Amino acid sequence: MADDAKGSVATAAEPQPLGFEERRAETPLQRLQHVLHAHPILGPLAVLLLAIIAFSLVNGRFLTAANLGLVMQQVTVIAVLALGQTLVILTAGIDLSVGAIAVFSSIIMANLATDLGMSGAASLVVGLVCGTAMGAFNGFLVTRVALPPFIVTLGTLSIFFSLNAVVSRSETVRGTDMPPLLTWTGTTFPIGDFRITYGSVIMLLLFAFFYYALGYTAWGRHVYATGDDIEAARLAGIRTGRVLFSVYVVAGLIYAIGAWILIGRLASASPNVGIEYNLNSITAVVLGGTSLFGGRGLVLGTLVGALIVGVFQNGLQLAGVDVVWQGFAIGLLVLVAVSLDQWIRKVRA
Amino acid sequence: MTPSAHAAGAAGAASAPARTPVLEARGLVKRYGRVTAIAGCDLELYPGEILAIIGDNGAGKTSLVKALCGALIPDEGEIYLDGERVQFRSPMDARRAGIETVYQNLAVAPALDIADNLFLGREERKPGVLGSVFRMLDRKHMRSEAKRHMTELGITTLQNIRQAVESLSGGQRQGVAVARAAAFGSKVLILDEPTAALGVKEGNRVLQLLRDVRDRGLPVILISHNIPHVYEVADRIHIQRLGRRATVITPQSHTMSEAVAIMTGAVEPPPPVA
Repeated sequence: MADDAKGSVATAAEPQPLGFEERRAETPLQRLQHVLHAHPILGPLAVLLLAIIAFSLVNGRFLTAANLGLVMQQVTVIAVLALGQTLVILTAGIDLSVGAIAVFSSIIMANLATDLGMSGAASLVVGLVCGTAMGAFNGFLVTRVALPPFIVTLGTLSIFFSLNAVVSRSETVRGTDMPPLLTWTGTTFPIGDFRITYGSVIMLLLFAFFYYALGYTAWGRHVYATGDDIEAARLAGIRTGRVLFSVYVVAGLIYAIGAWILIGRLASASPNVGIEYNLNSITAVVLGGTSLFGGRGLVLGTLVGALIVGVFQNGLQLAGVDVVWQGFAIGLLVLVAVSLDQWIRKVRA
Repeated sequence: MTPSAHAAGAAGAASAPARTPVLEARGLVKRYGRVTAIAGCDLELYPGEILAIIGDNGAGKTSLVKALCGALIPDEGEIYLDGERVQFRSPMDARRAGIETVYQNLAVAPALDIADNLFLGREERKPGVLGSVFRMLDRKHMRSEAKRHMTELGITTLQNIRQAVESLSGGQRQGVAVARAAAFGSKVLILDEPTAALGVKEGNRVLQLLRDVRDRGLPVILISHNIPHVYEVADRIHIQRLGRRATVITPQSHTMSEAVAIMTGAVEPPPPVA
């Protein structure tokens, strides 16, 4: 009996392939679906390349260094805000207060420096802290009070914009009145024929940092897992509340850095810009292939998405298309991108 | 192989009183207001066995298991792990003590790949500055470890460990969940209805996985509504009724219909056979 038992254990310890798999033949369309599912960056990249080729054929000035440098400058602020938006959307949330946080932060920075006479560095730091605090407030309402992110940020959008109007007294602060540090982000330097702003450099560094943080750290994995299936993440031992809160805090900080770049870009701090930043940032995220349902997407996709918006606006302008049609074209792109996302999500093994 | 494995289980059960249980519960009580979910329930899990828990709806199976894996705190009673008294305040406590649970709803993140899922919540960082300062994950190591665990459990056809879990079939996903629990569970593996959502073929494969886990030395607690599945893999069967353990039988001592009769209260529970 005992011998028998031993024998059975020994044979059972041999791993036996279970053959969990049956592959079916795929149609070319299914194969494309699989490829896009495995490499979500390919779709946005293809759109960007096609747009660049098309616009350069329409107008020879499009591909000049001067024009591309201009596109880059136009894209920078939206790209930074969209980066923060990407983090929030990856957790299956949405942030409608992005424009409000950015503009309010820029107003805080500018007014601290001009009204209170604080140094550039001090006003910058306080502005960044305020932006982070606004993000933390969103995060508190989402995780502690357990309200849906859409409702939370819809509320804080109004709150931050009216506080913004109070603090700024609806007045624009001119860049020439500010300490140089606050407008430094708008300063350009040449790389070959291109003129790049320091703001664009900060933007690229931010993307590199979050590419790393999302892809190569445990925090990044937890952000994806939380957005993908919050219950599964919780059961796997992830403190999902903490992850969500950290995402809103980090997003707030990113928006505040965006505020600094915004001051440089406009060479002023105006309380009346920024309404369109909400939808533009979401547009860039969606065009970049990040799913609004959370859990899938890449920050590099968002960079490509922001570039697509910039290239379309600039290209259509150079092609002599009326400005009103720019929104039409971007809107069409968004609908195509979301439909594509839905289709890709239906992928089955 | 199956009959001899059962013989091994029966042999193990026969000598059971001489051994200390890996996991033991004494007089567990859990009340929800006026409802008593478990009323003085006992349980023993011995090394190298699959203990199945069956019982009608509301018999307290889930509450009992939740108490064992830290998901609920019992009002009364004691739990012993390897003879030592333990008190779990959260699932993380139980997990740290070596008790891994595969939940009914799987708890895998669909968009993440197999390796990421296996290490979800306990990622490994690279050694040195890269890990401590830059918090960089040791992807390569986690992938090779994941591959090793999957191969050890005989899930060798999953060639690509970087495949997203959502592209797997239900049985394969269950395989990932079991592999994760088996990889990190050092003392006990608990599975709640692991075959409920699966087809016949995939269900059988998961049962084979459970045998493999048991034969590698990790005792298993299996909660299931599927009596034929229970009879196929269990060494002993704990029958839960009205919040208590009615009796413990083995697949050899009683037939399936006898087990169902005890479960539903149609016959008096016989004295525990094992």
